[in-house]
Amino acid sequence: MNLRLKNNIAVSDSGFVFNPSTGDSFSINPVGIDIIQLLRASKSEQDIIEDLSDRYDADTQTIEKDLYDFFTLLLQHQLAEKA
Amino acid sequence: MEKKRYERPVIASLNAGITNKFGTRNLNEPISHIDGASIKEITEQYGSPVFILSERKIRQLYRDAHRAFSTRYPKVQFAWSYKTNYLNAVCNVFHQEGSWAEVVSIFEYEKALANGVEGRHILFNGPEKTESDLRKAIEHDSLIHIDHFDELYQLLEMSESLKKRPRVAIRVNMDTGIYPMWDRFGFNYESGQAWDAINKIILTNKLDLVGLHCHIGTFMLSANAYAVAAAKLADLALGIKLHHKQNIEYLDLGGGFASKNTLKGSFLPGADTIPSFDDYAEAICGTLLNAGFTRENLPMLILETGRALVDEAGFLAASVVANKRLSDGRKALVLDAGVNILFTSFWYEHKMTPVEPASHHTEASVVYGPLCMNIDVVRESVTLPPLRKNDLVLIHTVGAYNMTQWMQFIAMRPAVVMVDQEGKTHLLRRAEKTDDLNAMESMPEHLQSFSLA
Repeated sequence: MNLRLKNNIAVSDSGFVFNPSTGDSFSINPVGIDIIQLLRASKSEQDIIEDLSDRYDADTQTIEKDLYDFFTLLLQHQLAEKA
Repeated sequence: MEKKRYERPVIASLNAGITNKFGTRNLNEPISHIDGASIKEITEQYGSPVFILSERKIRQLYRDAHRAFSTRYPKVQFAWSYKTNYLNAVCNVFHQEGSWAEVVSIFEYEKALANGVEGRHILFNGPEKTESDLRKAIEHDSLIHIDHFDELYQLLEMSESLKKRPRVAIRVNMDTGIYPMWDRFGFNYESGQAWDAINKIILTNKLDLVGLHCHIGTFMLSANAYAVAAAKLADLALGIKLHHKQNIEYLDLGGGFASKNTLKGSFLPGADTIPSFDDYAEAICGTLLNAGFTRENLPMLILETGRALVDEAGFLAASVVANKRLSDGRKALVLDAGVNILFTSFWYEHKMTPVEPASHHTEASVVYGPLCMNIDVVRESVTLPPLRKNDLVLIHTVGAYNMTQWMQFIAMRPAVVMVDQEGKTHLLRRAEKTDDLNAMESMPEHLQSFSLA
């Protein structure tokens, strides 16, 4: 599944996410920030998995499992939509 | 280039609302060692899940409780409540500290004898004692706490047939202002039933009535209820002295002191709400000292508290089996330890702490055990950092009742390890195996073979 981050989502370097459409704000951890930045750069699911496995000490299976879960949350919080 | 430490991506909604007056304390400081012993190494050696008991903590709790009572009252005796945790090593820690044994079945009675406790130092409670149980207790000169008239009359008969005078106490139930009132055990104080039992014992002159016993409830959050109980037992003892010219040697106030676990539905953590040992001691000792006993007739005070002396010494190390996302968006964790070995999770909100360092990012999670049963919920909601499959979680405190009420249901019961005062680990009970269960079964001959298409 590929996602597209909504255009107006604001993300700070420290992990603060704001959705001006709904007024909701979120905190996010460093791996989550990286995923958001990669989505913003229009990276595909596969690109994101490869990018994260290059930079983090985790296998691709773990990253893939976690990414599915994270994508579900981004959709649920209306921060992204299916591409 | 060295890779960065991976942590599962987490996004948490920030909710504006009324400020939490208790702040946002981070409860996820990892606990990697218990008394110097590495939890990770314990699980590597003994498997996961594994119960871990701290010998140092047991002794500290006992000494704290004993000090609270013995500094207020001259004759204090503790009796270890076997049903709370009857692993022999745990019992022997208490016996080394000076505790007698308090048992509620012949199985526990035999355990106490095998542990080396003399019969005269065993209190035999409980509503079911068979004739052979009572005979054994009489032969060992144990203190038999009579629960009902059927037992009383049976003892009267047995004293004749055995030509012995059993040493007995009666269990008394009473209204101490708390709910529920435990009136199913013993003889009632307010209705006069306790006096009927006392008069029967003394006037038949076949049993030695040496004590009076009560046990007013469990996880008692009011120390004052013990003052009421002590006053009523003292009233009976003084009445016996007045009417029958007979001294009662001991008053047994039972147990029921709360541990620091948090009960489900509590607004504040258990540690902030329960009475201290000093509160209980002040209520009981103050009442007995002012009840009207002369110095030479002051009865010994026996206490059978179990939970408060061992709960905080017990931990359960478990591993994450899976991370899940529920349909309503909630996070769920599956652990390899479930309610079959953690009976107390039905009424406590056990603390859960990661064993490895984790980030400050957290997520509210439902925590399930491994059983294929919907009831297997260890915590309905607990804030935890992102955990990966096989990460260790420490569940605490679990020292009371879990290692006696656990059941072999779907999964086997795990090993129990004790960390001694030098930080060395000792296996107290090995993990169960399938062969252990099959060894108790037998197969009828006609069912020994079958063929499947």
